[in-house]
Amino acid sequence: MPQRTARRAGGRGTRRFTRRDVVVLGVLLGIPVLLDVVIVWGPALASVGLSFTSWDGIGDIHWAGGDNYEHLVEDYPAFWPAVRHNLLWVAFLGLAATPFGLFLAVLIDRGVRFSRFYQSVLYLPVVLSLAIVGFMAQLLLGTDQGVVNTILDNRNDPVDWLGDSDINLWMMMLAASWRHTGYVMILYLAGLKAVDPALKEAAAIDGANERQTFFRVTFPTLRPVNVIVGVITVIEALRAFDIVYAVNKGRNGLELLSVLITDNIVGEAGRIGFGSAIAVVLLGVSLVFVVTFLVQELRGARGK
Amino acid sequence: MSAAIRVPARTGEPAPSARRSGSARASRRGRYGVHIFLSAVSLAFLAPLLLAVYASLRPYEETAEHGYFSFPKKLSFDYYREAYTASDMGKYFANTLIIAVPAVLVTLFLAAFVAFAVARVDIRGGLALLVFFTAGNLLPPQTLVTPLYVLFLNVDLPWWMSDSMSLYDSYWALILVNIGFQVGFCVFVLANFMRTLPKEILEAAIVDGAGVWTRFWRITLPLCRPAIAALATLEFTWIYNDFLWALIFISSPDKLPITSSLNNLRGQFLTDYNLLAAGSVLVALPTILVFLLLQRHFVAGLTLGSNKG
Repeated sequence: MPQRTARRAGGRGTRRFTRRDVVVLGVLLGIPVLLDVVIVWGPALASVGLSFTSWDGIGDIHWAGGDNYEHLVEDYPAFWPAVRHNLLWVAFLGLAATPFGLFLAVLIDRGVRFSRFYQSVLYLPVVLSLAIVGFMAQLLLGTDQGVVNTILDNRNDPVDWLGDSDINLWMMMLAASWRHTGYVMILYLAGLKAVDPALKEAAAIDGANERQTFFRVTFPTLRPVNVIVGVITVIEALRAFDIVYAVNKGRNGLELLSVLITDNIVGEAGRIGFGSAIAVVLLGVSLVFVVTFLVQELRGARGK
Repeated sequence: MSAAIRVPARTGEPAPSARRSGSARASRRGRYGVHIFLSAVSLAFLAPLLLAVYASLRPYEETAEHGYFSFPKKLSFDYYREAYTASDMGKYFANTLIIAVPAVLVTLFLAAFVAFAVARVDIRGGLALLVFFTAGNLLPPQTLVTPLYVLFLNVDLPWWMSDSMSLYDSYWALILVNIGFQVGFCVFVLANFMRTLPKEILEAAIVDGAGVWTRFWRITLPLCRPAIAALATLEFTWIYNDFLWALIFISSPDKLPITSSLNNLRGQFLTDYNLLAAGSVLVALPTILVFLLLQRHFVAGLTLGSNKG
């Protein structure tokens, strides 16, 4: 610390803010902080509170202790499948879609011709809403007119890609990956473009082949991008909702925690306390990943 | 770079670029492989979209009999006209703009300042702020829905702001929710971006006596233009594509955003999928156009970093 102040004493004036600076900082930090408290953190805490009550949304709120959680874990049949599906979704995006996006970015970054064209095409699905992606999945995979079954020519015994509970989750994850891959690719492409070419040249002079250069030199310098991509992968997987909802409202093999929450809160069930308990579980799972990433991120920030 | 693009696209031969001429010959065969692979992947990525366009041009009777993967006998744009008028798309599109445009602008402005304060002003608790915003954006929206619903019902607004007299069932609710929820992500990205900018410029500005606002608005923000352009396209498409918030906070059908209008095309008993395909293409079109038009910004943002080293 003394070293730091000594080095920067020259005129940085770290704590010397004018009155105007204080007002600017106060107002322009105050507004977003207030908004975030009202829109995000307040409601999140309120959800935690509600999860310990039995409330139907209209009448009085009764304290229920841990009843909701007990009920959830022990006799709510959709719960454990939903947890499993969510984790599978994280794994699929993280182990298949994200590495594929990185691979495409590396290929395009090597300077092939028409790279702008490839880039645009691969990114295009990202701008589509998941509701539309779900609808397109129906066009492709439907049983009566679907393209895939027509190509397979099995009119008499069509594969029910979206209805069969053994395969429909995989189809949904493929459809979600269609969007996810392009997004990851564009982020990595930005990261790769920022890598100093001198590093690669130095590695080449030292006799490293292309693979070694990538894994030993390029990839480690991509750390900030890796953090962002990691966060996005997990968020997308835990939030997955629209696409499943568009196909069959998240039933019959497509149960996800987000769907169960919506079913209990928004539907006619009016089991807000119980729905909130599921929300808290999803919150907990998310926070495990979020905290891991933030610790990484803070370590990186401190290094600069 | 523009010269390279102007080369006629039809010649199949890979032009050896000056930058990599040393390795060009050795990897020529590999390049064909790369092109074949990338073309195949691109085609696979485009296929669902092309199929939707194809289906939307054909009458239902024909595809019902032969399936979507068959030769067309009759092609027409009739379904587009029908989809546009039957679902009253113009109105819903306007609704979406009323929500998305202010939300994106305010989000980017607020997020840019927070990112600046966190990354480039020595304030106490900067890291805590970053965590506060970033983690907030990562919470699943479903966990926030119920308390927000109750809150919005209980906030009264004067009639000239909302004809429902409350925050519930008004555009304000959607604008606020989108800003509050998206600020976190933008703070995260912009703070990361600002850390890559050279510190020396800001230090020079401080020596010259520039205040916090000047350092933010006149010095840092212009340098962030590429990142902001990229975020703007991203945020616009996200808010445009959202339907969970609208589903919960809007009750008047004529205030719904465009993503919900597709439901008007679903029949009660029988859904004409070709009509729905035309509707989907129409709904997807604005986001695709925004992306294609702002792509130059986007690519500029991506290549900016490479000039720095």
